[in-house]
Amino acid sequence: MTQTKISSKAAPVKFSGVTKVYGSDVVAVDDINLEIEAGKLVTLLGPSGCGKTTTLRMIAGLEMATSGQILIGEEDVTKLPATDRDVSMVFQSYALFPHMTVLENVAYGLGFSGFPKSEAGDRARAGLELVGLKGYDKRLPSELSGGQQQRVAVARALVLEPQVLLFDEPLSNLDAKLRRQVREDIRAIQQDLGLTVVYVTHDQEEALAVSDEIVVMRNAAIAQIGTPRTLYDEPVDAFVADFIGEANLIPCNVTALDGPMAEIDVDGYRCQLPSRGLSTGAGQLAVRPARIALNEGTGFDAKIAKSTYVGVRMEYSLETSFGSMFAVQDDVQHPLEPGTAVQVSFRFPGPVLIPS
Amino acid sequence: MRNVSVENTGLSVLIFWIAAGWAGFCLLPWYGIEDGFFSFAWLLDGYPLDEDYAPAAFLIAQSEKMWLAPLIAPLLAPLFVLRRRKSDPVYSATLILAGGLGFAWLIAQGFGIGIRGFSYEWLNAVFGELGDRQFGMGYGALLVATAFLFLFTQGIAARGAINGDVFVVSAIGGVIIIVATFVFFPIVRMLVAAFVTDGGHYSITVFVSKFFDDRLWGLGCFWGARCGAAWNSLFLAVLVGIITTGLGLVFALVVTRSGFRFKRGLRALTVLPIITPPFVIGLALILLFGLSGSVTVFVSELFGIQPTRWLYGLPGILIAQTLAFTPIAFLVLIGVVEGVSPSMEEAAQTLRANRWQTFKTVSLPLMRPGLANAFLLGFIESMADFGNPLVLGGNFDVLSTEIFFAIVGAQYDQSRAAVLAMVLLFFTLTAFYFQRVWLGKKNYTTVTGKGDAGVHPLMPRRLSFPVFAVAGIWGAFTIIVYGMIVYGSFVELWGVRNTLTFKHYITAFSVGWTEHGLHWSGAAWDSFFTTIQIAAAAAPLTAAVGLITAYLLTRQTFAGKNAFEFGTMLSFAIPGTVIGVSYILAFNVPPIEITGTGIILVVSFIFRNMPVGVRAGIASMSQLDKSLDESSLTLGANSWQTFRKVILPLLRPAILAALVFSFVRAMTAISAVIFLVSAEYDMATSYIIGRVENNDYGLAIAYSTTLIFVMLSVVALLQFIVGRTQIGRRTQFATRT
Repeated sequence: MTQTKISSKAAPVKFSGVTKVYGSDVVAVDDINLEIEAGKLVTLLGPSGCGKTTTLRMIAGLEMATSGQILIGEEDVTKLPATDRDVSMVFQSYALFPHMTVLENVAYGLGFSGFPKSEAGDRARAGLELVGLKGYDKRLPSELSGGQQQRVAVARALVLEPQVLLFDEPLSNLDAKLRRQVREDIRAIQQDLGLTVVYVTHDQEEALAVSDEIVVMRNAAIAQIGTPRTLYDEPVDAFVADFIGEANLIPCNVTALDGPMAEIDVDGYRCQLPSRGLSTGAGQLAVRPARIALNEGTGFDAKIAKSTYVGVRMEYSLETSFGSMFAVQDDVQHPLEPGTAVQVSFRFPGPVLIPS
Repeated sequence: MRNVSVENTGLSVLIFWIAAGWAGFCLLPWYGIEDGFFSFAWLLDGYPLDEDYAPAAFLIAQSEKMWLAPLIAPLLAPLFVLRRRKSDPVYSATLILAGGLGFAWLIAQGFGIGIRGFSYEWLNAVFGELGDRQFGMGYGALLVATAFLFLFTQGIAARGAINGDVFVVSAIGGVIIIVATFVFFPIVRMLVAAFVTDGGHYSITVFVSKFFDDRLWGLGCFWGARCGAAWNSLFLAVLVGIITTGLGLVFALVVTRSGFRFKRGLRALTVLPIITPPFVIGLALILLFGLSGSVTVFVSELFGIQPTRWLYGLPGILIAQTLAFTPIAFLVLIGVVEGVSPSMEEAAQTLRANRWQTFKTVSLPLMRPGLANAFLLGFIESMADFGNPLVLGGNFDVLSTEIFFAIVGAQYDQSRAAVLAMVLLFFTLTAFYFQRVWLGKKNYTTVTGKGDAGVHPLMPRRLSFPVFAVAGIWGAFTIIVYGMIVYGSFVELWGVRNTLTFKHYITAFSVGWTEHGLHWSGAAWDSFFTTIQIAAAAAPLTAAVGLITAYLLTRQTFAGKNAFEFGTMLSFAIPGTVIGVSYILAFNVPPIEITGTGIILVVSFIFRNMPVGVRAGIASMSQLDKSLDESSLTLGANSWQTFRKVILPLLRPAILAALVFSFVRAMTAISAVIFLVSAEYDMATSYIIGRVENNDYGLAIAYSTTLIFVMLSVVALLQFIVGRTQIGRRTQFATRT
């Protein structure tokens, strides 16, 4: 019965040495190399102004690369305008055409792809069914809720069976509860159909939840590429560590190397962890707030500066000899008062050494 | 699948323009037809062999007009690239060369060979006497020129300009060419004419003597004599600019910052200047304050003062122009006053400023660019106004009327008209330049896309009393003036026989029955129907040119965009009288010979009103989220399909407003029209001016009243259809109601 007519023509995307300069000297994207596998969901993640949206728009053909080469599948699309690329995009604002019904919106692109009208209608209806909006054909976009509009926008992009499907911060106009559901839906459709999806967001939690692979960008360049787990557990530098799920950056001293392991010293507190190629001397340690233990018999000295109750846990600001730290504790029954002296240690695995 | 369809559309566009070029060359009459553009008698009258009606191909076949033969090469060349790919460099090079050379040759032969053989002496010297001649271009030449232009733009697009977008490149090329032809070319012709002596030679000294004429720059008024027209115009324009800006601000404050109850009525004021022919105010003032005006008679009887002609001259023109242009300033300023973000003012108040301090330190400074804008608009409108000085001028010479008398009066001195027009143009362009510089540097826009939940505070009390007083007095005066117009149309002979009568309406608009059916026997019908036809022809073209230009300016980026924008907005600063003079000078000789036809009127309206269409288009397009276009593009539509299927449908209200606006403006315009009308194509406004010059005030006022009511109903109909209150010349300034 559910004879979905939508399939996938997923293709890989390849950037080699792509640079985008606006005007004469504003570099939005600086010489990036990137390979996106067919059928994978890849997220571009980074703070605003890092070039992630420009990168996405260059895949779409809405911006033209100043130099470098972009391949979709086998084809060099560097100079090809958006119209001629087999790519579709879901916009942050959805960009549904307000003067067309839902069905007309979804069938819009099919009309330009050479489908006869009846088949375009069938495919559009199949697309609407896929996103769970069967029977909404005749509505106008203004008669739908935000979440429904969002799904129409997805259906409109899906029915073209694009080689690559692009999402530009698709959840930012939805409320928090809907966000989780829509992102799960997007992920499910992507996996069912095996689509190549490039997804832009500045929300690291969203990126961790949906992606096969995350590309973290900073200042027009790529900071790190990896699976969500790699990025979280093994950030290459302080920026990535802090951007993906917050981290305390603690100065430490690498006192000895023992094969792959290093022995470090933080203000008198000694522990062992993977050296990740660092040599002895001053180093830096990234520690997630939840991987900090208080008063467990060892550790370095600190004082509670601030204590906040946020329902499921306690959040503490700590004052140490090298600056302030942020820690999260599950024990809400016995909160520590500001001013209390504590001993800080780490839970393993957790802290990672990063080059400073 | 997508790529295939794109290749096809590109190819079919190319085939279309190649075919159009050949059709223009082989099928349509090459030269302009004497009987008029829309006359098709030629089809039965010797076509295609008769020399007057023959297409170019037939002329060449008969060994005539052999200078057209070189056009065959650029028409043939594009046929050879039909099978090549778009990305092939030969494809683009061939099209650019064929289109560019073909177009250039067409222009060159058009200017080189005129009604007396070669147009320039040196051509005679090089090639010898031609012994042949040619007239203005017709359908054939027009179509071939268009085909060359679009072949050229397709070549440019194929080279990768603007992502190879044929529609956008062609639109840019088209707009540039028509603006160059109908705005810049006439102006240049006029500048050249300023150097021509009576004998037809070029001379700097003649120009200098005419330029420094005492009638232009004399300062006699300081010791009792008369001042030059240039000083008069300047002085008048500055005064009008200041007063209309002040009054406009007053009305804007009443509407937006007070509890005034009849705001909607005040907003209706803004429609007045659009539907009122400009000289009608002058007529009404004569009825009130003229030698036999009601007020004059009343005062002289009451106080025994001898009636004087004080109205004729500076005071009369000043009052009339202030009445006529205050609503324009109001329209500009209401947008500006509303545009000041309420939260700015609320922020000031929470920072302990009282209402007066808030107004003085926050609201007023934020309005400053708007005030400058309103002043400059008043200045330009006053400079360009022709009707009121003509009716009320007396001995007070201003540039616009001087130009008129230089060219239609006994003087018939084209080069003097050109010199005067240059001075006028210099003033308005300077004002235009300052407006752009001022507004370009300071961006005070506080209206953002985000909703502003704030509410504008009321006016401070010490401001509200004078504001209400001024607004009340001026509002009442406006109502009286308009009342006089309606009342005056029913009075038999003002000041002499004050009985009420329908006589004037009957003279103008009587309808009789004859054996042939309805007979439009009234004196005004001819010009009335001509006006409607011309206005109806101009409206859609104006809207189309305006919207396409607006689309290019808001949605595309291309090299030279600023110059492009400046060029398209420039005709706004060119007074109608200047347009009129320059059109006569430019278009009564080949290659474009349209003086005395309806086409020249239509064309002049298109380029007079285009900037308004552009602004309205920009205003409504910038409210459309750009991601709508982008999503359409990523869904496989090209830019033409996006324009047609997404942008145009969403702009429907703006299009309707632009249509009605240009229709109405075409009906009320006078300054350019007065130069361009002919016996066959007389317009309502020039007919009325003719009646005024014959002292036939009754008929003139009755006709004007009729026009006002016709246009009022057109505007009302529009409001009914579109269902909102903002229509008019500067919708972009009022973005919210």
